[in-house]
Amino acid sequence: MMYATIQFLNGLSYGLSLFLVAAGLSIIFGVLRVLNFAHGTFYMLGGYVAYEAVSRLGLANGGFWVAVAVSGLVLAALAAVIERLMLRKLYERDEIYQLLFTFALVLLISDVIRGLWGTQVLSISFPPELRGAQDVGLAFYPRYRLFLCLVGGAVAIGIWFVFQRTRWGRIIRAATQDREILGALGVNVPRVYLVVFSAGAALAGIGGALAAPALALKPGMDAEIIVECFIVVIIGGLGSLWGAFIGALLIGQLRSIGLYFVPEWEIVLVYLLMVAVLVFRPWGLLGKREGA
Amino acid sequence: MPRRHLLLAAAVVALLALLPLSGSTYLLYLFTQVLIFVLFATSLNLLIGYAGLVSFGHAAFFAIGGYGCAILLRSYGVPLLLAMPAALVMTAVFATLIGALCVRLTSYYFSMLTLAFGQLVWAVVFKWRSMTGGDDGFLRIVSPSWIDTPASFFLFTLVLVTLAMVALWIVAHSPLGRTLMAIRENQVRAGFLGVHTRRVQLVAFIIAGTFAGLAGALFALFNRSIFPDSAWWLQSAEVLIMVVLGGMNSFFGPAVGALTLILLGRLTLELTAFWPALLAIILIATLFFFPSGIAGLLKARGRR
Repeated sequence: MMYATIQFLNGLSYGLSLFLVAAGLSIIFGVLRVLNFAHGTFYMLGGYVAYEAVSRLGLANGGFWVAVAVSGLVLAALAAVIERLMLRKLYERDEIYQLLFTFALVLLISDVIRGLWGTQVLSISFPPELRGAQDVGLAFYPRYRLFLCLVGGAVAIGIWFVFQRTRWGRIIRAATQDREILGALGVNVPRVYLVVFSAGAALAGIGGALAAPALALKPGMDAEIIVECFIVVIIGGLGSLWGAFIGALLIGQLRSIGLYFVPEWEIVLVYLLMVAVLVFRPWGLLGKREGA
Repeated sequence: MPRRHLLLAAAVVALLALLPLSGSTYLLYLFTQVLIFVLFATSLNLLIGYAGLVSFGHAAFFAIGGYGCAILLRSYGVPLLLAMPAALVMTAVFATLIGALCVRLTSYYFSMLTLAFGQLVWAVVFKWRSMTGGDDGFLRIVSPSWIDTPASFFLFTLVLVTLAMVALWIVAHSPLGRTLMAIRENQVRAGFLGVHTRRVQLVAFIIAGTFAGLAGALFALFNRSIFPDSAWWLQSAEVLIMVVLGGMNSFFGPAVGALTLILLGRLTLELTAFWPALLAIILIATLFFFPSGIAGLLKARGRR
């Protein structure tokens, strides 16, 4: 029972931090109709920026939290520049060009990361406030991972609140439906795009920064996370935020079950789930049937 | 116009057949590599240029063909003339399985799924140490004696790549190629005209994958070794950039792209450390300044 509890919490914390990244990907796709291949690289860059900030500020006295905030800001600014100067020029073109452009960003940013921080594995220590284990009734569990569960849950609720209860949320929902009508109603659509792309990137950066103490920073982690995000949105349904939520939680659990029963090959279970969804419900668990 | 291109291509092949006379091992190695990537890039362009489907995992089939041929050859002692066709059949089977899942929905799904399955193939190659050697690579692949000199291997590659290119040219200009373009332009309308759109795309996927497998098998023999990197997404990216740089709207564009990128790699050896960044800059420059690639530039010049 104790072991099962720990496995369950491992899966939950992994799934919820995956959701942070997949949510940004899904929102950007919903509004801009751009599939952002660079989203995993934004996540990775968030982790490295946090590493850099922590190594300058130290972990004590809230240094870690400043680092997380810095990651979010850096990524938001970078994404805003990319959207404003380059991506914006491609909206009118065929979707192939947008795909290839975000893919070029993956190559470029991950190589810049390699140039700045090298290829050795880096890691951040747990912030002092969250070290040690917490008694959760059935077992002792690392405080930091519990904290990740809380953040993931809070972000999910926060996104729901913004989307359903604020003016910005209404505009974003409208933009996913019909951008031309939205523009005709006097909304500055290019600015909506800029804000959504930038906010999605910030979410990925914060996700990367928060995940950094729980895992290692190394080259190639961007490919790993973007593939998992794609699997999340395929399982949940492309463009569906709650689909992404459910997909991320399922993958988290499946991975932790897989680590127990088929260590080393746990990723195969995740693919099997995806294949099953594609065969029986190709548009995803919560997705809408699109086109033909 | 296409006829002129074919004549030009035939002349290039004839010239290349004379290359062993130069006696330069460097040139033979260089052009063997170029030929292999010409085939790899052209096979990918069947998907990108003709079908409008961007695959981010084409290297998976390159690796399956390469590992398949190499493992049959070394671990099971199968003769090359059997091992190579068997590896191609294996690649075609994998392409069928993966392709059937990838072409089910929109082109966005296609791109995500090809990347995901490409990384799965990489993970299997990487972790299945007893079969593939894992990250140490699969080494000491021995070619039969009739192709173990640089000149004979070059000619062997030239013959196979030429035959494969002819086959791809026929496919691209057959009703299948036209149908792919029709689906690319308007999937719904093509469906109304009675085209089984998914099946046509799947057939193209299998053909493209199988020819990538041939390129991979040649690559493994050429290097006498093959590594998991050959299935990693960076390999898919490299060949994708060859296609875009050369020109995805032209049959021979990717071949020009392959030649350009490989020569560029050789000329900028001191920049090798930044190769991915260089690739990214080339890709971005192409997308923004000459989206039809080098072939598009040449065509615009010819028209003037």
